[in-house]
Amino acid sequence: MDLINVSYDSQIPNNVGLSSDKKVLKALEKWHPGYINWWNDLIPQNFQDSMVYLRTAVSVDPKGWAKFDYVKMPDYRWGILLAPAVEGRTIPMGEHLGEPAWQEVPGEYRNMLKRLIVIQGDTEPGSVEQQRFLGLTAPSLYDMRNLFQVNVEEGRHLWAMVYLLQKYFGKDGREEADDMLVRSSGSDDSPRMLGAFNEETPDWLSFFMFTYFTDRDGKMQLESLAQSGFDPLSRTVRFMLTEEAHHMFVGETGVGRTIQATLDAMNKAGITDPYDIAKIRDLGVIDLPTIQKKLNLHYTLSLDLFGQEVSTNAANAFNYGIKGRYMEQRIDDDHKLQNDTYPVTSIKDGKILTEDVPALTAINMRLRDDYVRDASGGVGRWNKLIAKSGVQFEFKMPHEGFHRQIGVFSSVAVDPDGAIVSAEEWAKRQDEWLPTKEDGAFIQSLMKPCYEPGKYATWIAPPKVGIDNKPGDFEYVKLHMA
Amino acid sequence: MTKIINFQTDPSQYKHWKVEYDGAVANLFMDVDEDGGLFDGYQLKLNSYDLGVDIELADVVQRMRFEHPEVKVVVMQSAKDKVFCAGANIRMLGGAAHSHKVNFCKFTNETRNTYEAALADSAQNYICAVKGACAGGGYELALACNHIMLTDDSASSVSLPEVPLLAVLPGTGGLTRVTDKRKVRRDLADVFCSVEEGVKGKRALTWRLVDEVIPNSKFDEAVVARAQEMAENSAKSVVAKGINLTPLTREISEDAVIYSTVEVTLDRAGRRCTILIKGPTDAAPADMAALESMGDQSWMLRCARELDDAILHLRLNEITLGLMEFQTQGDPELVIAHEALMLNNPDHWLSNEVLKYWKRVLKRVDMTSRSLVATVEHGSCFAGPLAELLWSVDRSYMMLEEFDGDNRPMASLTLSAGNFGSYPMGNDLTRLQTRFLGTPEDVDTAQTRIGEALEAEEAEELGLVTYAYDDIDWEDEVRLFMEERASFSPDAMTGMEANLRFAGPETMETRIFGRLTAWQNWIFQRPNAVGEEGALQRYGTGVRGKYNMERV
Repeated sequence: MDLINVSYDSQIPNNVGLSSDKKVLKALEKWHPGYINWWNDLIPQNFQDSMVYLRTAVSVDPKGWAKFDYVKMPDYRWGILLAPAVEGRTIPMGEHLGEPAWQEVPGEYRNMLKRLIVIQGDTEPGSVEQQRFLGLTAPSLYDMRNLFQVNVEEGRHLWAMVYLLQKYFGKDGREEADDMLVRSSGSDDSPRMLGAFNEETPDWLSFFMFTYFTDRDGKMQLESLAQSGFDPLSRTVRFMLTEEAHHMFVGETGVGRTIQATLDAMNKAGITDPYDIAKIRDLGVIDLPTIQKKLNLHYTLSLDLFGQEVSTNAANAFNYGIKGRYMEQRIDDDHKLQNDTYPVTSIKDGKILTEDVPALTAINMRLRDDYVRDASGGVGRWNKLIAKSGVQFEFKMPHEGFHRQIGVFSSVAVDPDGAIVSAEEWAKRQDEWLPTKEDGAFIQSLMKPCYEPGKYATWIAPPKVGIDNKPGDFEYVKLHMA
Repeated sequence: MTKIINFQTDPSQYKHWKVEYDGAVANLFMDVDEDGGLFDGYQLKLNSYDLGVDIELADVVQRMRFEHPEVKVVVMQSAKDKVFCAGANIRMLGGAAHSHKVNFCKFTNETRNTYEAALADSAQNYICAVKGACAGGGYELALACNHIMLTDDSASSVSLPEVPLLAVLPGTGGLTRVTDKRKVRRDLADVFCSVEEGVKGKRALTWRLVDEVIPNSKFDEAVVARAQEMAENSAKSVVAKGINLTPLTREISEDAVIYSTVEVTLDRAGRRCTILIKGPTDAAPADMAALESMGDQSWMLRCARELDDAILHLRLNEITLGLMEFQTQGDPELVIAHEALMLNNPDHWLSNEVLKYWKRVLKRVDMTSRSLVATVEHGSCFAGPLAELLWSVDRSYMMLEEFDGDNRPMASLTLSAGNFGSYPMGNDLTRLQTRFLGTPEDVDTAQTRIGEALEAEEAEELGLVTYAYDDIDWEDEVRLFMEERASFSPDAMTGMEANLRFAGPETMETRIFGRLTAWQNWIFQRPNAVGEEGALQRYGTGVRGKYNMERV
């Protein structure tokens, strides 16, 4: 069995020897038509029939794992790809530290593992559903291609999770796999499991913010699952991270190009005051203060995805060796945390404090802290673009207590600088901090498709380099216009 | 115990529940205040509850009966998004003393039984609309309702995760109601009770865990429609207006708790207390209109409320007083007359409620884990409902003939028709039937003596009291009994009494209080649950409970 190169000889490309694993193959083949139906019902038809320049994984070798070619999305070869097994891998944390990693699901952790996989799996199709109509307003073929690349890869990530459910979790797992296609973003009857995946992604700036901030939460979750003592999960997730990097890239460069277009337009028109919003908007670009508001919104919604600061479930998952911390191996401690503490924010008598709590229960908080550091990198790079242009403006990450629905801050109103304010004050000033309906309507008014190769909508700058080093006027999507 | 747990509350003080009245339907919303716990050291997250939450629920249920007799259907639901109720608060349980856990569970069980029985007792039907996670004690809240509706949003589920998660049992009726009430097949029940995440959607319906599963988009509508439909088909008679339950007059001092009809005196050194019930001093109300106009001030209702509160107060706040002595003083004929008004008007809503309330209060006495004794002194009024106390207690002593220097009326006890059916025990038998399980003819004999003032010799002859003693023996015998009782192991006493009190057939109620509770209380003592490395102590730390794998 070739565990590096992907076998395309069966209907489902894989490097897990699926053709000799008849039971799982049969289960997946049964699931496959439902998935295809889901996909076909989702993305508007003319895009389904278009040829999209997509990368497809052909190997799990980090060097040269993908190839690029035109493909119709429904023909995309969604497959099951696991990172190569690490010889003699041991469980990296918790009470089973140092024991050989599990190749089968331990009975006592079956339900917890299943729940984590289901929650992770549920986010993957969720985001595709949220973004389903964005193709209609793509600012360029380049961006449209990136959108579809993200979409097909989220689809593949669903496959990855479904494979684990089908292979390791028996009848329950198969039912959960089916339910992934029943739940649907924003549905009343069966919404996606996490709130953030039931909000519509109404415009492209939202999409970029989503891929930058929310997909980054996904990355952090994957990073912690990559530490799992359940080896098949760890290997699956490690390969997903390779793909996830592209989503971060789409987000960071998407927001960056939006900012660049604004800066260029301001400079061209001789506007130096970034708060001269009306004039800037007249140029057909999105003013920086509005981008800051979008940042505030998506960042804080993403912080909510980390759950309660102090969490029993997270503690259990860590201790059982199911879910680790970000870069577990690089952390210099005993990886058991039974006697350690970790500082966690709390609110006492109307003040924001930091308290040391048992480190095991603060796993979510720690991951969130890592996320905040990770997310601030791109924001710094956006600020460099602004500095270079000479405009006086700087993006700021709002305080972690700002606009929160989950965790200790959900009970208080906090302004972006971290001061607790009254509910009235919040209501009064909310529009300064978060996008208003009018802001949304303005952004929406810019969302006009731009389908000519090499051309870009006014509000977004062209990328510095093309995908797969293609030239600027490359036709990333050959649109099928019936 | 420095803090007194107060069982008295009213809607203006609720922190955790809201009720919206809409004609024949009441919507009961659980909305637990995270920071409103009865004690420090835990937060009531995700609609989890502690005793304080349950005290409010008991108050809601009680007021529903007396203040809102117009209500035919009560819809229990959550006011929180995504969670119905996460059950009893685990940190509270983990931090609580064994005695508190046991008393907490007992009280919550009594409250569940009360609203479950509201349908049979008063045609007031509790139904449950489950949206979001409904786990452990949350599902037990639902189980005690008589109709469970679950939304099918592919996330909401019902579950009893106690065993896999906490190494304890769903002890508020959970295991019992799953098999006995819902009649879930036992192997499916076994699966259900071992999976942390529970069962959702259609399967919950197929397994009989819920009565209806409804698409989420139609759920709210369906709940309203079902409640309306049930209200329309209700057999409950139409009542325009209830009565108000006003705050009790109660004075708590160092060694006494004084109500208008009940006086509790505490003898801490002797580890016992006396509960003196004073009979009515006024004639019974002339008719039901007169009774209604008295509101909550009629003797029958006032005395029941006060006795109920006294028992609860002693259970939770005075746990070292191992012996409760019941005494009465007053005119037995007046007690009989006050009860007779109720017995003669069985179809009137208020007389029904008062009698059913006495039934519950007397059950509360039966269920009290203290040695119980009644002393029938001269001047006492053990008649009708108060006579029930004689057969609720473990032993009774009666004064025989005249006592020197005691000019109170001769001790007697009086049976009423009420003693033959109005106040069944948890085993569904009357106290007299339970008492004379081996000689049912004695019940018939007693029945022929209704209305007579039975003095000690006759009472002893009829088997209605344990011992009758005259002036010479009385003081010594009673003292010796009490001293002996106080010297026994409280654990052995609790176990012995609980076993002897409930002879006869099993009912769901006796199985909950007997089998389920006994096992739970055993588990609550075992290191696997409550030891330093036990699951209950370790819950929330991320470290698993360490179990002793020996089967015992």
